[in-house]
Amino acid sequence: MASILEVENLKTYFHTEYGLVKAADGVSFHIDQGEIVGLVGESGCGKSVSILSIMQLIQSPGEIVDGKVIFDGQNLLQYKANGPEMRAIRGSKMTMIFQEPMTSLNPVLTIARQLTETLELHLAMDKQAALERAIELLKMVGVPDPASRVDDYPHQFSGGMRQRVMIAMALSCNPKIIYADEPTTAVDVTTQAQLLELMKELVTQHNASLVIVTHNLGVVARYAQRIYVMYSGRIIESGLSEDIFEHPQHPYTIGLLNSVPKLGERHGARKLIPIEGIPPNLIDMPPTCAFLPRCTSKIDKCLKEPWPALRSVGGQHYISCYADIKGK
Amino acid sequence: METSNNSTMVEVTDLKMYFPITRGLFRKKVGDIKAIDGISFTIKKHETLGLVGESGCGKTTAGRCILRLYNPTSGSIIFNGEDISKAKESKIKNLRRNMGVIFQDPFGSLNPRQIAGNIVGDPLKVHKMAAGKDLRDKVADLFKLVGLDPGMMDRVPHEFSGGQRQRIGVARALACSPSLIICDEPISALDVSIQAQIINLLEELQEKLGLTYLFIAHDLAVVQHISDRVAVMYLGRIMELTDSTELYENPLHPYTKALLSAIPIPDPIAERTRTRIILKGEVPSPIMPPPGCHFHPRCSMAIPECANTRPPLRDVGNGHLVACIRV
Repeated sequence: MASILEVENLKTYFHTEYGLVKAADGVSFHIDQGEIVGLVGESGCGKSVSILSIMQLIQSPGEIVDGKVIFDGQNLLQYKANGPEMRAIRGSKMTMIFQEPMTSLNPVLTIARQLTETLELHLAMDKQAALERAIELLKMVGVPDPASRVDDYPHQFSGGMRQRVMIAMALSCNPKIIYADEPTTAVDVTTQAQLLELMKELVTQHNASLVIVTHNLGVVARYAQRIYVMYSGRIIESGLSEDIFEHPQHPYTIGLLNSVPKLGERHGARKLIPIEGIPPNLIDMPPTCAFLPRCTSKIDKCLKEPWPALRSVGGQHYISCYADIKGK
Repeated sequence: METSNNSTMVEVTDLKMYFPITRGLFRKKVGDIKAIDGISFTIKKHETLGLVGESGCGKTTAGRCILRLYNPTSGSIIFNGEDISKAKESKIKNLRRNMGVIFQDPFGSLNPRQIAGNIVGDPLKVHKMAAGKDLRDKVADLFKLVGLDPGMMDRVPHEFSGGQRQRIGVARALACSPSLIICDEPISALDVSIQAQIINLLEELQEKLGLTYLFIAHDLAVVQHISDRVAVMYLGRIMELTDSTELYENPLHPYTKALLSAIPIPDPIAERTRTRIILKGEVPSPIMPPPGCHFHPRCSMAIPECANTRPPLRDVGNGHLVACIRV
């Protein structure tokens, strides 16, 4: 399958008063057409920043300092963030579903206006056609009674319904890639199941690619075909979903999987094995591996050499680690 | 329902907590938010009872009623052989010496202007259990107990990481050596790799100090891991209550089944063969809950009778309690 997006050596730094924060420090990944990919990591690992950089939504004091974002054969980073080329792509060919449906919808505009705006702008529809399409979209994402609900304001919708509106908006211009940034963190688990099933179904129907950005390992295990695991601004392991969950090889991924309780494990059957220590402060990072202070598998080389580059451990499975660790 | 005896620490019977909705200048009462609508359960000594459910199901309210942060509308709460549901303010202070609470948000539940040592030591001062040098020693012991360096006693909360702050919260809850600790979503605000540290700490403390926990959370995997027994709540009522392994292996209530199947597990191969029950619609409002069984409008097994009568929480064998007429 052909790659629809290729990100190469993306570096996004934030110039803060405390020092330089390398939020994304050489991130490379690719997304194939029609694929569901998971981008996993804890808060502050740079997963959202990477996505926002691709969309060129990084604001001062943040700055994309290096890298390439090849989408549809063109490097998006050659365009200005607010230039006509980026604006034609953002919200149309590449769209985003944000975490907080409460704050990412405009509270003073009706749902109709927020949906028709993109349609009129990107697809040059007239008002009537856009409104009809908006109602159609709401119906598609399962908002009951869409013809009358379309005139409501966001506060009249529940959290789950608002997230459905966000999904409708993201799909409205037949995008090629949808980024979902913690799409279900703010909703309950039964609503989460509804929304994820809906997204999967719609993305498959539209032959679009979906990137799920999340800290929830269960969600990526269920929906993603391929997974990238991030730690302190870099991708430290990537591979097919089975590779990552059945044969994790990076000490961080192994640690993460051992530290979460699994549903169905007998009470008292296993003590959780936490990863000791805390995620690193991203200011003034040492050149060595960022996971080193918490790592239990470190070897001499780790202390001397700079952060290891990704290396293949078979097939599409890559890790950024000097140590050789054999599966679980 | 078993009777109160020496092995029971808390016995809650038909507890109701309604919050009035008022309107207009004279705050005329126009309705009730039925946050808890008649729940009964017991917590045995040295056990962990898990309370799970989605937001708005009343799990936090239940914990706060036991702590008497709320005055329950009706029902009884027997704590160590005494009904505390109507206890007067003067008595409540004494009562709370025996109960600790750990809150969800380690950023919001610690006073940012107080040093950590004062935060942990305050309960001891309030209950006049220690003062001066003795107080400082006791706080230092508490710091060690939860895995914090006593040398950090004079720092303010923002100097600690999320996990460390939650340890401060745990130390504060333990200050007066309580027998019961209400853990209200103690790990949901923490990073995944830190959550296990706090879960293990809570387990170790329980073993060391013989604590009893009411563990309130929405994450069923975590609740199942830490709890001996689990109660599943939906819209102010308990739907099912049983042993935590039994709950997973043999869930009986249709809501429990849906809840379990909705939780994705970090195992792609198992995920492929799992059946998913996707519930339709959303949780109704606790102001106008559906008649009969609260779950019936979303239930795939519902029959007309479900809309008429409230199903009692009955024992179907081995202490497995379920509130459904179709089981």
